[in-house]
Amino acid sequence: MQNVMTKQFSYIGIALILAIIFPLVITNTAVQHVVILFFMFAMMAVAWNIMGGYAGMFSFGQAAFFGIGAYTSSFLLISYQVNPWIGMIAGGLVAAFVAAAIGYPCSDLRGHYFAIATIAFGEIVRILFNNWKLIGAAEGLSLPMLDGGFKDFMFHSSKLPYYYIILAFLIIALIVCYLISTSKMGYYFRAIKESHDVAKVLGINVVWYRLIAIMISAFLTAMAGSFYAQYVLYIDPESVMLLAISVQLVLISMLGGAGSIMGPVVGALILVPLSEFTRIWLGHKGTGVDMLIYGFLITLISMYLPKGVWGFFTNMGKRAK
Amino acid sequence: MPEQLMQQIVNGLLIGFMYALIAIGLTLIWGVMNIVNFAHGDFLMVGMFTSFWLYTLYGIDPLFSIPICTLLLFVMGLLIYRFIVSKVMSGPMLAQLVVTFGLSIFISNLAVYFWTPDFRLIAKPLLSGTWDIGGVLLSIPKTVASIGSIVTSLFVFLFLKKTKTGKAILATEMDREAALLMGINTERINSLSFGIGAALVGIAGGFLSTYYYIYPQVGGLFGLIAFSIVALGGFGSIEGAFIAGILVGLVQTLGGFFFDPAYKYAIVFMIYLITVWIRPQGLLGW
Repeated sequence: MQNVMTKQFSYIGIALILAIIFPLVITNTAVQHVVILFFMFAMMAVAWNIMGGYAGMFSFGQAAFFGIGAYTSSFLLISYQVNPWIGMIAGGLVAAFVAAAIGYPCSDLRGHYFAIATIAFGEIVRILFNNWKLIGAAEGLSLPMLDGGFKDFMFHSSKLPYYYIILAFLIIALIVCYLISTSKMGYYFRAIKESHDVAKVLGINVVWYRLIAIMISAFLTAMAGSFYAQYVLYIDPESVMLLAISVQLVLISMLGGAGSIMGPVVGALILVPLSEFTRIWLGHKGTGVDMLIYGFLITLISMYLPKGVWGFFTNMGKRAK
Repeated sequence: MPEQLMQQIVNGLLIGFMYALIAIGLTLIWGVMNIVNFAHGDFLMVGMFTSFWLYTLYGIDPLFSIPICTLLLFVMGLLIYRFIVSKVMSGPMLAQLVVTFGLSIFISNLAVYFWTPDFRLIAKPLLSGTWDIGGVLLSIPKTVASIGSIVTSLFVFLFLKKTKTGKAILATEMDREAALLMGINTERINSLSFGIGAALVGIAGGFLSTYYYIYPQVGGLFGLIAFSIVALGGFGSIEGAFIAGILVGLVQTLGGFFFDPAYKYAIVFMIYLITVWIRPQGLLGW
């Protein structure tokens, strides 16, 4: 056991060192951009996994939280000159509050009823933001240029600071997920996932734990949204609230392996570069080939790798022993 | 004002009948297999394009190509069930949810690849124009489509209640294990239901193509609306889907009329949330 733990920690250490030195070696900004997106999607997939993989609530509406995070910090910055770091926390809190407000009435929904409820929720939020004059409606929001620097959460000369910030966010999300999975709460989540009714009979406050899972997940997703707004400096409902973003998160988690800590990271590592590069290589003519391949892969993965790559390899490892 | 309101009610009914037909196919699949078909709207799109190409290439009016659309979609449904959906039936629920999502993205982008994302319209269908009934305008293609929807729904209803195969489908819907014990080949029932569900949107697509824009992403919205209708009507209930389709059509147009048309689909999605919250079994579910 001790041996396994040290082995795991050394793997994590190596991965971390590689991640830290990567942008110093590979200075191509296009590649750095893809890695930044990888970290961002991995972070959101880890957040999805807390409610989807552990607590069994398959959300297809995470784009709403992503958008709420992006919009809250941007709006506060534009209208009240609130520092983006504080705006990010505010965005997380707003998203967690909205998540609780929508999660409470949905607390008895299971399986695909819950999944479709989250789609409906995501679409409603997108339609509202598309028509909400105060936050720019369909035109979106352009962020003002600040001086730049860590305090402003805005960097003009290099992608490196964004790279390290989002890497730090990903690590925070992973630590949160690790702490949950090893705590009593994590076992409650799994019990609820296995069977709502049995969990209830065992005296677990199902509604309460489901709400906690949703709120933590929404908070982390909104943080990624604020990061994204600071990174691209322009947001509109069509770029931050699309159902496609929510679907991608589900897919990443499933491909990597839902319900494991590193699964979503593995999934993002495969899928984000793949979708970025197919988009760059094949998507430029608007022929739909990139999305065609993407759709085909989703179908194949669900048919042949429904438990994800991580589950596949850990099973292989067990069998080898 | 009352005339305008009458007009909105008529519009709501006309779109509602179309929604009903689309949702009946979805609820059949959902009820029998407990599988959500996210590609349902894309099946509709395939039906619309089939109708469009039969018209453009061979000059066959949509009204006459509907049987071809129906048959084609039926076969497509059977094949998709046989080679894709049946493979995930025993898998984890997440895979069941995601597989038809992938299918949806694949089918709609296949259409983009072959036919570009452009919007098309059937230039001169046999049915066109409007009737003016006391100041209320009644679109002729929409009216014929509504009649088609009523006739088809009635036909499906009678098929399920009166024929042996239909009864087997209903039995499977109620209790799969018991149906299996009674000697019903549930695997065959599954593929048949999937085929019929797809065939029904083939009919809907044929009618819809006489008056609606045809483009690769057209199914997305219709598919999502159908979820709200199925929830409201009760999962698996044909009668429920029919009534709920009409209700949703009315709510959507009247909501747009009294509030703001920009929010009409938000109101439709609210219906889903409110239904599953207050009455999860829907209007006619048990």
